[in-house]
Amino acid sequence: MIELERVAYTYGGAELFADLSMTLAPGSFHFLTGPSGAGKTTLLKLCYGELIATAGMVRIFGQNTREMDRDQIALARRRIGVVHQDCHFLDHLPMAENVALPLTVSGRQQEADEYLEDLLGWVGLSGQAGQLPPQLSGGERQRAALARAVIMSPEVVIADEPTGNIDWEMSQRLLTLLVELNKMGKAVLIATHDLNLIRAAKTQVAARVLRLRGGQLQAAGAEL
Amino acid sequence: MSDWTSVLVGDLRADRMVPKTGFTVQLTVFSAAAMAFLAVFALALSLATERLADRWSAKLARTSTLRISAPQDQIAAQTEAALRVLQTTPGVGSARALSDEEQIALLEPWFGPDLPVASLPIPRLIEIVEIGDGFDATGLRARLQAEVPGAVLDDHTRWRAPLVAAADRLRSLGYISLALIGGATAAMITLAAQAALSANAQVIRVMRLVGATDAFIAGAFMRRFTLRAFSGAAFGAVAGAGGIYFLPEADVAGGFLTGLGFEGLHWLWPLAIPPLAGVVAYVATRSAAFRRLKEQS
Repeated sequence: MIELERVAYTYGGAELFADLSMTLAPGSFHFLTGPSGAGKTTLLKLCYGELIATAGMVRIFGQNTREMDRDQIALARRRIGVVHQDCHFLDHLPMAENVALPLTVSGRQQEADEYLEDLLGWVGLSGQAGQLPPQLSGGERQRAALARAVIMSPEVVIADEPTGNIDWEMSQRLLTLLVELNKMGKAVLIATHDLNLIRAAKTQVAARVLRLRGGQLQAAGAEL
Repeated sequence: MSDWTSVLVGDLRADRMVPKTGFTVQLTVFSAAAMAFLAVFALALSLATERLADRWSAKLARTSTLRISAPQDQIAAQTEAALRVLQTTPGVGSARALSDEEQIALLEPWFGPDLPVASLPIPRLIEIVEIGDGFDATGLRARLQAEVPGAVLDDHTRWRAPLVAAADRLRSLGYISLALIGGATAAMITLAAQAALSANAQVIRVMRLVGATDAFIAGAFMRRFTLRAFSGAAFGAVAGAGGIYFLPEADVAGGFLTGLGFEGLHWLWPLAIPPLAGVVAYVATRSAAFRRLKEQS
């Protein structure tokens, strides 16, 4: 689904990483961990086409991102649900409309009425549909972001530090939702430095842990 | 849905993605209204000068004037002689001497209504209407010189040509003004659209992250600016047409200025201004949006 082959990324003359390879297969569950500044968010952005590799090849659903135009990348993103670290909501729209944004931009907004109620119930936000994003707590925002990420029933779900701003109980709840998605056959990639979250996940799903450090991507050992 | 259909029909939820606040709303509506107001006057000027040029070049081209300047006791005889010459001149459809009342009416704007024509050495005027290819002015002058020594033929060419040229030039200036108004409108809307695109960079980023294509993002701005320009121009066009409607009535003494306006079906022309402003806004916003989206990628 998403393949990185000998990828390098240079920003401002500094090489963030080089010769990095990774594959996200259908139904796989990956954690991406590593110290702050290692390039986890950059690697995720390469996976959903927000950034283009300076060397090597990133293939999204078989297409080389370097050869894709903006509209092709936009269409590919509709098949990838992304939970951003800072959520990226439109603050002037109620939460329900923010969750339905992927359907709106795809011209399928009539489906929103069909899915939205169940989806908000699934993430426990039925009562907050009309609230504006700034009125939501950190955990509610993260769950709303997850709901938006999955409303198009994507084949891949990518989450960047989804539990960064929420308490442990809420983290567990969010993890449960991501595991449920994985059991539905979605590939899941989560960037996090929360080792407890990784340990909790490994009790529920066969997760592979990748560590990004010093520009290299390594499989983490059994210590996790 | 085509671009134009989406502009007309719209999508409420897509529209809501871009916040409606911002000075670009007022700027676009105001500039479109002001430009439409000016466009109505430029249009009226163009159409008025077109009518004037047509009248001068077509109607006056078919008429000439023969002036009989002779001692008072010979005027009647020379007038009759001139009319006889004209009756036998090929290309002359009709010729008639103006009555005293008509001559007084011609002089009235300059000398007032109580002009004692009988006591003044006023020449007799003969109006000639041409037919076909008209008459041979050189040949007619030669015959008149021999038979009517006090006759002076004025075929209007001398003063008609510069007037027609001036009217044509004014008409061209009117149309150039319309083009400049259209260009200025496009420039202002482009600036407003660019300001809106810059102010909403974060909104555009979010739209992109959730899978919006360039056409969808540009469409949200295009529809908004097209409708704003249309509504502003509609207001300006109505105000401009009202201003033209309430201009003083055209009359003989008023000349060109009071003739500035629309006649008959020409009143429909201002109706074209709001849709044209919409088209200009649509094209300008589309161009600005796609250029900006390309730069931001």
